Amino acid sequence: MIVKLLSGDTPRSPVLAVVLLAIFVALAFAPFLFPGVRSVDTAARICVFILLVASYDLMLGYGGIVSFAHTMFFGMGAYGVALASTHIGRGFDALAVGTLSGAVLAAAFALVIGLFSLRVRAIFFAMITLAVASAVAVLVSQLSQITGGEDGLTYQIPRELTPAFRFGDEVLGVRLNGKLLNYYLVFFASLALFLLLLRIVNAPFGRVLQAIRENDFRAESIGYRVVHYRVAATCISAVVAALAGALYAIWLRYVGPSTVLGMDIMLDILLMVVIGGMGTMYGAVIGATLLLVAQNYLQELMGLASGSVAGLPILPELLSEDRWLLWLGILFILSVYFFPAGIVGRLRQGR
Amino acid sequence: MSGTAEHTPTMARASLGDRLAPWAPFLLVPVMAALGFLAIASPATWLTLTVSGLAMGMMIFIMASGLTLVFGLMDVINFGHGAFVSVGAFVGVSVLLVLGHMTEAPSLALNLAALLAAVLVAMAATGAMGWAFERVIVKPVYGAHLKQILVTMGGLIVAEQLIVVFWGPEEIYIQRPEALKGAVTFAGAALEKYRLVAVAIGLVLFVAMRLVLRRTKIGLIVRAGVENGAMVEAMGYRLRVVFIAVFIAGSALAGLGGVMWGLYQEVITAHMGNQVMILVFIVVIIGGLGSVEGCFIGALLVGLLQNYIAFLEPKVALISNIGLMVAILMWRPQGMIPVVKAK
Repeated sequence: MIVKLLSGDTPRSPVLAVVLLAIFVALAFAPFLFPGVRSVDTAARICVFILLVASYDLMLGYGGIVSFAHTMFFGMGAYGVALASTHIGRGFDALAVGTLSGAVLAAAFALVIGLFSLRVRAIFFAMITLAVASAVAVLVSQLSQITGGEDGLTYQIPRELTPAFRFGDEVLGVRLNGKLLNYYLVFFASLALFLLLLRIVNAPFGRVLQAIRENDFRAESIGYRVVHYRVAATCISAVVAALAGALYAIWLRYVGPSTVLGMDIMLDILLMVVIGGMGTMYGAVIGATLLLVAQNYLQELMGLASGSVAGLPILPELLSEDRWLLWLGILFILSVYFFPAGIVGRLRQGR
Repeated sequence: MSGTAEHTPTMARASLGDRLAPWAPFLLVPVMAALGFLAIASPATWLTLTVSGLAMGMMIFIMASGLTLVFGLMDVINFGHGAFVSVGAFVGVSVLLVLGHMTEAPSLALNLAALLAAVLVAMAATGAMGWAFERVIVKPVYGAHLKQILVTMGGLIVAEQLIVVFWGPEEIYIQRPEALKGAVTFAGAALEKYRLVAVAIGLVLFVAMRLVLRRTKIGLIVRAGVENGAMVEAMGYRLRVVFIAVFIAGSALAGLGGVMWGLYQEVITAHMGNQVMILVFIVVIIGGLGSVEGCFIGALLVGLLQNYIAFLEPKVALISNIGLMVAILMWRPQGMIPVVKAK
């Protein structure tokens, strides 16, 4: 049954299996295991990012296509929910309309960009997505009448998903309120979509994608339409990213350019994929969890380190908590060189 | 014998369209300028916008030329090229600030000397940085596009952050040298002096680059290497060395472009390289990856269009370049002047 749910793609490493199980249990019971606003918020973020990173891995790890527009698709889902909730009003119908229109818009963009660039050279895709994504990001912050500009949008979600809604007394010290429902909405939706992605990559479609990644010329000779497969992978990936964005918007009740469209988020996604392991869906789980947990504590640690070398030249600057992107960048380069298979790849090799 | 006429071999003269096809990209620039003239309707405004568009195009060309050659020669795509632009701007502007007494003096000779010093120091710095970048970041990932994109992107982030470490997170405002401030009036149009200088520098560089590529031995090797690298190596030339030289030259040009861009905007930030890179990528794609001429035309088109549209319809200016890219890729999917690779 479990093997079937995982589409036959088991962790294939005892250590990996234990780690994945631990993450699953921790996320599934997060509100009960780690009560507190901040830790539940981190858990929800991890759920969303696992889904987002997994969808990116479908493109990068399985399809061998580099995209810099993944945050754009993520943002489309998020802004879809935000705009629908602002204009239609509070309610589940607004969430549905917003999610759906965001996903459709993302699919349409992915289709057009994919058809334009992938039919010539896969390398065009990286540049064109970079150009389009930054144009969209600037557009979003300039069209402030519609999108709220740099300030973003705050909106109301259905009452059933907010802390104000109570449906029972405490269980194990946790209040049964709408926030809990909201968390489980995010959790189960992410889980279902993640399993769907796992299904896709282990289906014949995923195998063909891997064949194209290894040698597109040969795959074309065998008779697979490389462009069709690549464009399809891009579209699926974009739709899932938009859905992840919608979940994120429902959870945060706020969207803004810096939370969903920023280049640093794109870098985070890249790091999570590479560190977790490209071409293994489980890499997304490990990478997202590791990085988000580290981000919460790494910055404080760097602040301490910076304080301890306060007298020296340059060093405090290098270690200040605002410079964590520098260290992530170095870590990223090193992991591409020395860790191309990522943590999951290493664990599977070691078996 | 009436049938023979049908078999007479004829040498059909190529149609006008066929004969024009190789030149079509070159014609696009005057066509764009003419369309702009019709849309704007005021000759003075049009002249101002055209000069500023050409200046912008020249600067983008300077930054993009290195990137396109590096790709053509070694199939290396450098997403970190923007780092050289930023570093060049910061180094050059620092030199200009140090030489403040020379830039503020109302003497053209002193101003130009200060500018020259700034440009040379910036180019030396970015050239050296390019060499290090090639050794440390690019060399281990030859032949793997996916890793190249990832690693050079990582290099860009690290370089941007290092700029913030050394120069601080605030943007730096810079004044142009005294003699280059203000504008000259020509036929009722105000033409900023600095833009005229930028156009001149760009033109000189383009002509010089063409001369080097067309008339010298090293240019011949570079062009042959772009077309068929394996053959050039079989002839006994060490293409690796040529490639490193081109990489360093391209980085130095990006640094020069950075100084010029910084003076054009009169403000520099650590992210400026990354922002310009978006235009540079569009230019490189529509020009045809690996083609210097295509890159030049593409840069002029992008510069002109950006300025015309910004005047006519400011909100659309952002997406106008994407529209241009889409239109050109529909016309020629490999870019305006595709590089023919012997396979």
